[in-house]
Amino acid sequence: MNDAPYPLDLAAIRADFPILARTVRGKPLVFLDSAASAQKPRAVIRAMTEAMETQYANVHRGLHWMSERTTEAYEAARDAAAQLMNAPDRHEIVFVRNSTEALNLVAHSYGRHLLRPGQAVVISAMEHHSNIIPWQLLRDERGIELRVAPITDAGELDMAALEALLADGKVGLVSITHMSNVLGTYTNPARIAALAHAHGALAMFDGSQAIVHRAVDVQAMGADFYAWTGHKLYGPTGIGVLWARRELLEAMPPFLGGGEMISSVTYERSTWAAVPHKFEAGTPAILEGIGLKAAIDYVRAIGYPAIAAHEAALTEHALARLAEIPGLTVLGAAQDRGGVVSFTLDRAHAHDIATLLDRFGIAVRAGHHCAEPLMHRFGVESTARASFGLYTTTGEIDALAEALLRVREFFA
Amino acid sequence: MSDTLGDLRDLYQDLILDHSRHPRHGKRLAAFDASAKGDNPMCGDRVEVFVRRNPDGTIAETGFEARGCAISVAAADLMAETVAGRTPADTRALFAAFRALVRSGACPDCPPGIAAPLERLAPLAGVHEYPSRVKCATLPWHALIAALDGSKEASSE
Repeated sequence: MNDAPYPLDLAAIRADFPILARTVRGKPLVFLDSAASAQKPRAVIRAMTEAMETQYANVHRGLHWMSERTTEAYEAARDAAAQLMNAPDRHEIVFVRNSTEALNLVAHSYGRHLLRPGQAVVISAMEHHSNIIPWQLLRDERGIELRVAPITDAGELDMAALEALLADGKVGLVSITHMSNVLGTYTNPARIAALAHAHGALAMFDGSQAIVHRAVDVQAMGADFYAWTGHKLYGPTGIGVLWARRELLEAMPPFLGGGEMISSVTYERSTWAAVPHKFEAGTPAILEGIGLKAAIDYVRAIGYPAIAAHEAALTEHALARLAEIPGLTVLGAAQDRGGVVSFTLDRAHAHDIATLLDRFGIAVRAGHHCAEPLMHRFGVESTARASFGLYTTTGEIDALAEALLRVREFFA
Repeated sequence: MSDTLGDLRDLYQDLILDHSRHPRHGKRLAAFDASAKGDNPMCGDRVEVFVRRNPDGTIAETGFEARGCAISVAAADLMAETVAGRTPADTRALFAAFRALVRSGACPDCPPGIAAPLERLAPLAGVHEYPSRVKCATLPWHALIAALDGSKEASSE
């Protein structure tokens, strides 16, 4: 497990994740569903538990020691998130529940208030439902057109077609995934943002999958908005990040109203807190923020160069092993793809595949992966999907390949 | 490894694999009195059930078009087989018993009058160990009941 040509101590990493020691159905757990939600290292579990055991109180309002300590710990997560994305200003980090909420926040506060009827939003043909539905709601409510940039048969964004969709200058926002949760395709945010800006549009990226494996630099990519979620980055559920350029956040009205987000309140008129608090109504996910900080620290300590190299090695190994299985078809063939591999196997239904693999202790996801239009694009109703985390081993991928051969025999 | 797959015979018995590969009733009926679609949005399974009735109201024939897993196709096929000749009330009673069977693995309080068709459906009882798959087995039944009720749509909820 330690023969990787990059500095990643896989045995040590696996020891950091208590759950990897367990068995499922009498077999060692082979968890290949990290793209749905990743497992948690002990550092995250401990940080949250310790906060509850030693200093827990509400944030931003108490004048007592406990509240001050908790506020410090929670706000440290904002600094960590800003550093992780190379955001120029910690006030540009808005904590949300997840990427879905981040996208809805932008569709609401930017889309409903700063886009005008007759303008358009462009998404791609490989988006998660969370980057489709908020724009459909906006379209139906505000008459803002929704355009879909096609992908090639290889599962890559068709950049020429994207440019054509931007040509009439009506597009106000391009919102595209940084990495497909089905195909594993990486898009090129720097190119997309440059193209969008050249045509007067802003650029938003859904980084839910990408930031797990690759360093994200929002300044280098020239993004205007970038969304991601904590639970896929080995952190807790219930906390995610929307980063946006400060002038955009300043110009956008609040999303939700309530406590925490105000400056002053009278019955006649209220004024809003400064960003990012204007967008953080109500008691936030305090413990989850503290857990997220621990997750970010964990990932940064290992380092993205090693994490990305490990992902690339696992992906190459998986594509090679899966190619050996007769009747197995991998969706997409992008040049730049990562640790998410969707496939079909002869006539076996994805759910039957997943149930059989479960008997080997192997966890994969099966279904439409919240990307029904993409399924239709490839002419399938569902696929099985194996996805990798920084604790995944080539041995686990071998176990998947061997089990799939047995599944195939079973349904022959 | 062979033991691992052997365990799966609880769920994927030969009868189920056979009916999923070669459904006897997996077709749209040339003439039918009622039909309804069932849709499980969580997994994308879809089934449409067609029912032709006898003059006395009993079910003459049931056919279906399904897009789904082995469990759902086999469940639809065995359903079509076991409801033939039954009244709508009998069919509902059989569904209630079948639902108990796939949820709990048994139906201790089931009326003795349906012991024979329930025996035929018993190979699907292994589904109860896989809670997320129970809906696969019940979806065609929901569609059938919707058709008998004169609705066009059913869901597995």
